Amino acid sequence: MAKITVTVNGKTHTSDVEDRTLLVHYLREHLNLTGTHIGCDTSQCGACVVVVNGKSVKSCTTLAARCDGASVTTIEGLSPDGQLHPLQEGFWECHGLQCGFCTPGMIMAATDLLAQTPNPTDDEIRHGLEGNLCRCTGYHNIVRAVQYAAAKMRGEQVSSPNA
Amino acid sequence: MTAEATTRMVGRALKRREDPQLITGHGNFLDDVKLNGMTHAAVLRSPYAHARIRSINTSKAKALPGVVAVYVGTDMTDVNPLPCAWPAGGFKNNLNTPRAIAVDVVRFAGEAVAVVIAEDRYIARDALDLIDVDYEPLAVVVDPEKATHPGAPQLHENAPNNIVVEWNAGNRDSTNAAVANAQVVVKERIVNQRLMPTPMETRGSIASYESSTGEFTLWSSSQAPHVHRLLLTAFVFGIPETKLRVIAPNVGGGFGQKIFVYQDMVFCMWAARKLGRPVKFVEDRSENFKSSSHGRDHVTDVEICGTRDGRVTGLRIKTYAGLGAYLSTIAPGVATTLYGRIVTGVYKIPNVSIDVIATYTNTAMVDAYRGAGRPEASYLIERMMDRWAAELGMDPAEVRRINFIQPHEFPYNNGLGLLPYDSGNYAPALDKALATIGYADMRREQAELRKQGRYLGIGISSYVEICGVAPTAWANGQGWGAGLWESANVRIHLTGQVVVTTGSLPHGQGVETTFAQIVADELGVPYDNVLIEHSDTAGTPFGYGTYGSRSLAVGGTAMVKSVQKIKEKAKRLAAHLLEANPDDMVFADGKVHVKGSPDKSKTFGEIALYASVGASMPNGEEPFLDETTYYDPPNCTFPFGTHICIVEVTPETGAIELKRYVGVDDVGNIINPLIVHGQLHGGIAQGIAQALFEQAVYDDNGQLLSGTLMDYAVPTAAMLPNYEIDHTVTPSPVNPLGVKGAGEAGTIGSAQCVMNAIIDALSPFGVQHMQMPATPERVWKAMHAHK
Repeated sequence: MAKITVTVNGKTHTSDVEDRTLLVHYLREHLNLTGTHIGCDTSQCGACVVVVNGKSVKSCTTLAARCDGASVTTIEGLSPDGQLHPLQEGFWECHGLQCGFCTPGMIMAATDLLAQTPNPTDDEIRHGLEGNLCRCTGYHNIVRAVQYAAAKMRGEQVSSPNA
Repeated sequence: MTAEATTRMVGRALKRREDPQLITGHGNFLDDVKLNGMTHAAVLRSPYAHARIRSINTSKAKALPGVVAVYVGTDMTDVNPLPCAWPAGGFKNNLNTPRAIAVDVVRFAGEAVAVVIAEDRYIARDALDLIDVDYEPLAVVVDPEKATHPGAPQLHENAPNNIVVEWNAGNRDSTNAAVANAQVVVKERIVNQRLMPTPMETRGSIASYESSTGEFTLWSSSQAPHVHRLLLTAFVFGIPETKLRVIAPNVGGGFGQKIFVYQDMVFCMWAARKLGRPVKFVEDRSENFKSSSHGRDHVTDVEICGTRDGRVTGLRIKTYAGLGAYLSTIAPGVATTLYGRIVTGVYKIPNVSIDVIATYTNTAMVDAYRGAGRPEASYLIERMMDRWAAELGMDPAEVRRINFIQPHEFPYNNGLGLLPYDSGNYAPALDKALATIGYADMRREQAELRKQGRYLGIGISSYVEICGVAPTAWANGQGWGAGLWESANVRIHLTGQVVVTTGSLPHGQGVETTFAQIVADELGVPYDNVLIEHSDTAGTPFGYGTYGSRSLAVGGTAMVKSVQKIKEKAKRLAAHLLEANPDDMVFADGKVHVKGSPDKSKTFGEIALYASVGASMPNGEEPFLDETTYYDPPNCTFPFGTHICIVEVTPETGAIELKRYVGVDDVGNIINPLIVHGQLHGGIAQGIAQALFEQAVYDDNGQLLSGTLMDYAVPTAAMLPNYEIDHTVTPSPVNPLGVKGAGEAGTIGSAQCVMNAIIDALSPFGVQHMQMPATPERVWKAMHAHK
């Protein structure tokens, strides 16, 4: 067993976890943050992506014990003030989700992408999200959603593409 | 009524009301459900594709702290095997379906051999390693054609040569004569490879049991909860249907795989009853690949024949369809009716014969996967139309055009046992697609680039498909074992809020949004005042669920008919209140007024309040506005369209770049273009994935080589293009909404579009056909095969 202290979405938790506990299970089972999903067992799908110390990671292949002292942001912590994050808004406006299962991981991965590349080309978005699979959208509207968010985060005027 | 209510909602690209929950992490998917005292199940799966189980020793596993119980197949023989609900084609006592846990013999790698129930999922997994199974390996067959060969390993004693069913449609004699006498005949062997549906959320079940009432509750990642309830109670457990409530929480994609009844539903229910504690099972991805349903798996020999001017006069087909080790819930119907009866596509072909030999193999069960039979049909005919055009040296667009069913020929009977195609006009969709891609210019560019050693390909696919399969009487004639109607209840509450409960089960299709758009317009009430409820057998009328692009055409029509009944009652009540003749009442813009006197009116809200209180109803009228409809359509709908794409093949490596993809789809009237486009995008992506990337591969020992997402190439964003989507609109005459369906059209139109483009690009190398997926290795080999 390991004792860990982790700050998740701004709140500090001290927990005893088995050494082998995966971060995704810690978030989902111990903290009841079920917005982070599990879609595979080989780190391919990205449904489990969260942000740890500012970087997007796959929480299905991260041990909770390694996150001792870390700051973790999950989809639930992306818009703590009740206002949607520009990415959440973009995914809604541009129909960037259908079943919504991949969406939390996709959005969390995109936060890292836009932090590194605030003005991405479509191609950079497509390559930047290579670690996240979506089976519903064919990605077309995900690219639009990320562009929408990128423009908004750059302070540009964006209007609903579907109004 | 507010100003908002007078704004027409149908046709608007409204963003979805489903989304706020999903984008904030507040969705409630199966694995998010937690119950008091819940236990966790893990499954020991056979490593052999075919073996006799000599013995199983579970004592060490049972002794592990935290393990609650370990069960094997013989523990659960008090319940029946899973049912097959669509024994199409007539069965002779050879229908074999799986038990919850295998008894004596395993027939595919991944079949459940034992189930551990433990306090948490880590312990359950640990315990699997402590179970000893002694297997006697048996010979294996995985190929659907080889399974029929003399001497092939036999899976079931009651199925000689592993044959499930031999099925035929069309006219064998006339077709044999047409092929024998034709000016030109083209032959091909076409494989439609096995695929894995891969919803991003895997499947699973949570069962609880209340011993004081004998009632089960099953949470299931399901496309059809009412059907699961029916099949699990009446067929598997032999208990009253009312003793099971099925709840589908948010469902993370289905693509067909979540229509069917599975083993985990049974062992979770069985163990929950035995233990008096809830049991949760959620597949991991490799379990989803090994043991949930697959799709396609056809091997086909086909001949197309006709005259030198391009007219097709005959089509002769023989298909071996692998259905896996056992029959999944609707598998036989997918391989026969949903495939063989639409195999002439958009063309008028006078002589057609199709034989389907469906077989058992030592593989996971095959059943409906997005498109279900129609992608296989569409791929076959569209690939052959290109072969036909190439053989004659004609343009593939022109060959299609001269063989199209003509607009005046609808409703069109294709002679293969379908009800007539409802409506269609195929040339305008082709023309629009050709114009969008700039077809003549692209052909010129292709010729120019070839001179420079660059290989551009242009692929065309004109398709038609079947949505909202119905009516029930026709489906019953195809062996379908239940109904295919759909239901909707509409209630108007005292406050004027509208509640619709539907038997459909949306899992990404945006039904809560589109259904509310329709109701808002029909009743003239604000969109936000309409609530759509679904997904729980306790709160919804019986319905058959969401698949086969049927929710809007069938479920939506049931809802519209209920709304119409509500409007009729509202008119009668308004007539009473206004002391007018009911026949003189007009329902418009959220009000009922007397014909010719718009000021003499009652708002719909006033009528709802009056009916809900119910203090002074006129003679013979019940209080409340509450109407239910069970709607069985008179026919299926037949969406169609033309897709065109451009590829470039790099000759040195065989790599393929998909440069442009244009889809012109006619899905009938469109309620919400944003959602329709999303459905088409996703459908096209799955067809492109089949053409370029995906294949479920078994080795000769029945081991699934593509058993994880490292090996099964579900495409990423970087592997797919943007989609240029346009429409023609030919309303369906089958339903009052004039809608056809859009959930599967993209998939049905796309795989052959990409393959036709690749083979077009490779035509200078003498390539006439190649099998999917067109990996760079296969492309490179094809380019060099004729040197």
